[in-house]
Amino acid sequence: MHDQRLPSSPGFWRSPLRGPWLTSVLGVVLLAGITLLFVTGLLSYAAYNPDLSSVNDKTPGKGLLGFYLFAWPTSPYWLYRLTQGVHVTLGITLIPVVLAKLWSVVPKLFALPPARSLSHALERISLLLLVGGVLFEFTTGALNIQLDYLFPGSFYPLHFYGAWVFFAAFALHVALRLPAALRNLRHLRSGREREGEELVSPQPDPPTVSRRGALWLVGGASLLLFGTTVGQSLGGAWRRTALLAPHGGADPGSGPGGFQINKTASYAGIDPRETGDEAWRLVVTGRTGAVRLSRADLMRMPLYSVALPIACVEGWSTDDQWWRGVRLRDLAALVGHESDPPDVFVESLQRHGAFRSAALRDNQVADARSLLALYVNGEPLTLDHGHPARVIVPGAPGVMNTKWVARMTFGDL
Amino acid sequence: MTRRPELLRRLPPLGSPLHLLLLACSFALAGYAGVRLLDGDWFGILLWFVGAALLHDLVLLPLYSVADRAVVQTFGAAGSRELAVYVRVPAVLSGLLLLVWFPLISGRVADRYRSVTGLSPDGFLARWLLISAVLFGGSALLLLLRLRRLRRLRSATKQRPPATH
Repeated sequence: MHDQRLPSSPGFWRSPLRGPWLTSVLGVVLLAGITLLFVTGLLSYAAYNPDLSSVNDKTPGKGLLGFYLFAWPTSPYWLYRLTQGVHVTLGITLIPVVLAKLWSVVPKLFALPPARSLSHALERISLLLLVGGVLFEFTTGALNIQLDYLFPGSFYPLHFYGAWVFFAAFALHVALRLPAALRNLRHLRSGREREGEELVSPQPDPPTVSRRGALWLVGGASLLLFGTTVGQSLGGAWRRTALLAPHGGADPGSGPGGFQINKTASYAGIDPRETGDEAWRLVVTGRTGAVRLSRADLMRMPLYSVALPIACVEGWSTDDQWWRGVRLRDLAALVGHESDPPDVFVESLQRHGAFRSAALRDNQVADARSLLALYVNGEPLTLDHGHPARVIVPGAPGVMNTKWVARMTFGDL
Repeated sequence: MTRRPELLRRLPPLGSPLHLLLLACSFALAGYAGVRLLDGDWFGILLWFVGAALLHDLVLLPLYSVADRAVVQTFGAAGSRELAVYVRVPAVLSGLLLLVWFPLISGRVADRYRSVTGLSPDGFLARWLLISAVLFGGSALLLLLRLRRLRRLRSATKQRPPATH
């Protein structure tokens, strides 16, 4: 006999909504959504070119998990803006679906006996990885984009390795459950429900809302989160619609430098005395040695204009801004790399922080749109946007576009 | 025919061999990534990973279930359980926004947010409250319209007693 006061009894669970249909619908939505999250996440990891240099690599122990890495392309120039905007916006949008899915299967957490067979016991353990994993990934992601670094360690390894632990359990769960979910959805049309009957309450309360109504609520909640977030990635007038997203609302200031800032100069610890025309010199090193260039020297070189966005790992991005500056490949040529531009190691005046230096690959240096920018939107860079000079590379994550550049070392890394 | 020894028969069966293979494969991959995940503050990370599941299943879910039951019972006592949806929907939406954006809405990262982004951290609480006001207010308006329609229906079909459960 089951004591219905205990959650291990099926009679404890009263909602008439639970059942194979609801769980299957939510499961199929998550299969598509989480797969896209995983792929865009892996792309974001590749976008940092972690295999190029240790300064780009926050996960040096990755081993085979970096098996798929490739040289991150510079075309289309909005590539990272798209993939990372999708990653973050979709992640936020899926939160109600994840919570609803967990709600729909919670009786199984308490079901007895704990194990009917060895494989059943192991499957229940793997569900801990699945549930713990999905909540770990969504929580670390949501905290990171809000700059709330509560989690125990650096975001990059936690979110990356956590994703792989989760994926191992997710792939297994899909392999074991997808066939039944698809059968349930097919049976939906013929009005029969077979598998997962144990989710159906034996003594349901009278319904207050239909299953379809419950799905509308989940969908509506997703839509609300989507609608109040996506504007920070679309930019323009849409930014105003991102009412609660970290980079929604108003732009910081107006004028040529009035677009979203990743890290301000004061946060990065930039001393304005070091960036003045008298003090600041760019040291460029390559095959033929080193040259020291003032801002005036750079302005005498051929200058080019290009319209490129800033796209952050946190999911927000700016519209295309008009940058003007010296081509990276012209700087490479200045120090003896005339024909084949090599990789470059870029160092900032910034003394602390994770990305005060970054390595760019030869394909990024060779692209004619990759600049050491001196101007943005027709005016000299503002201090917050990297004055006296900053890198801007098409398609690269925001932090790879080093600000307050002090030193560039060309050569194979 | 060989009979299985008594002890083996009392042990739970192994289960499907295909399932066992898939499970082993999954655990091996999870282990490979897991040792890398735990390289560092392993106790803290384990606590977060397992704690997230426990916190959700044993705290968050029971809490919102109890709250929902209270709402439904309140409406049920008035004989109109189906009207609980007018409280449920705005409460779920407003609560979700608070859950997702809690660090910004609560202002716990306000100083860092201002110094990192150069943006004002002050608007988040106000915007969340205004969104919540619109959600609850809109729902109240819809409830009012529905109650008026019900009343009109009732006076049209004169003196029929209200449905009770």
